[in-house]
Amino acid sequence: MTAEAQMVQDSTSTDRIEKNVVLRAPRSRVWRAITNAKEFETWFRMKLDGEIVPGATIYGTVTRPGNEHVSPIEMLIEQVEPERYFSYRWHPYALDAAVNYSAEPMTLVEFILKETDGGTAVTIIESGFDGIPLARRKEAFRMNDGGWTGQMKNLAQYVA
Amino acid sequence: MSRSRSAAALKATEAVPVFAALADATRLSLLGRLSVNGPLSITNLSEGTGVTRQAITRHLHALGRAGLVRDARQGRERVFALDLKRLEKARQYLDHVSASWDAAAARLKAFVEEEA
Repeated sequence: MTAEAQMVQDSTSTDRIEKNVVLRAPRSRVWRAITNAKEFETWFRMKLDGEIVPGATIYGTVTRPGNEHVSPIEMLIEQVEPERYFSYRWHPYALDAAVNYSAEPMTLVEFILKETDGGTAVTIIESGFDGIPLARRKEAFRMNDGGWTGQMKNLAQYVA
Repeated sequence: MSRSRSAAALKATEAVPVFAALADATRLSLLGRLSVNGPLSITNLSEGTGVTRQAITRHLHALGRAGLVRDARQGRERVFALDLKRLEKARQYLDHVSASWDAAAARLKAFVEEEA
């Protein structure tokens, strides 16, 4: 997990979206649902043209009714560490045919699995909405030393 | 439904420069101060920060290009104020993506728990 991931729990900042959910199922079951292409298709509602293996580039076609016109979405599979961590890059999760996705930056999606009482804790993080390469962003976070969250809270209160 | 999706799509391309402008500690703190005490002049904004006026000016221009602040003349000074419209659009875009993940997480939960 990155330093940023540890800093923020279930939250949405301007750079990242994080979801935490506990599933009443064994970790091996959850892992299969997330990384087996056929199972992923079922709940994600996106048909994949290849297997989920590190380094693979696959394309996903949205199967949700009313979205058949959306062009296939490129997914660059990064890390696949059995029953623990799965990550890929794609264009942000806002499916719409009107968008030229290739002009947008790619975001990083991470699934982190942990065993917990009665099931599996899953953390889903999508980050990189500012289009800034990860290395540079880490620098900004270091300089900021946690001030980011406080400042954004101010702004959020102001715009709410 | 399709209308709200295309509204979100428009925001996607607008949102990226906004988030990029926000990914800097000095610019964030400038926005924080403008949100509490704005509008402020460059002199006001550089007071007690240890950041030079030139640097503040550069950051304000970057924020202006992203549509996050606008400036106006006030007497002899130029004052800067937060422009919330673009920030609000960027926030709506992120909310839209966040809602997509909520729905996906709920479907994943239903999918793995139905066999349990």
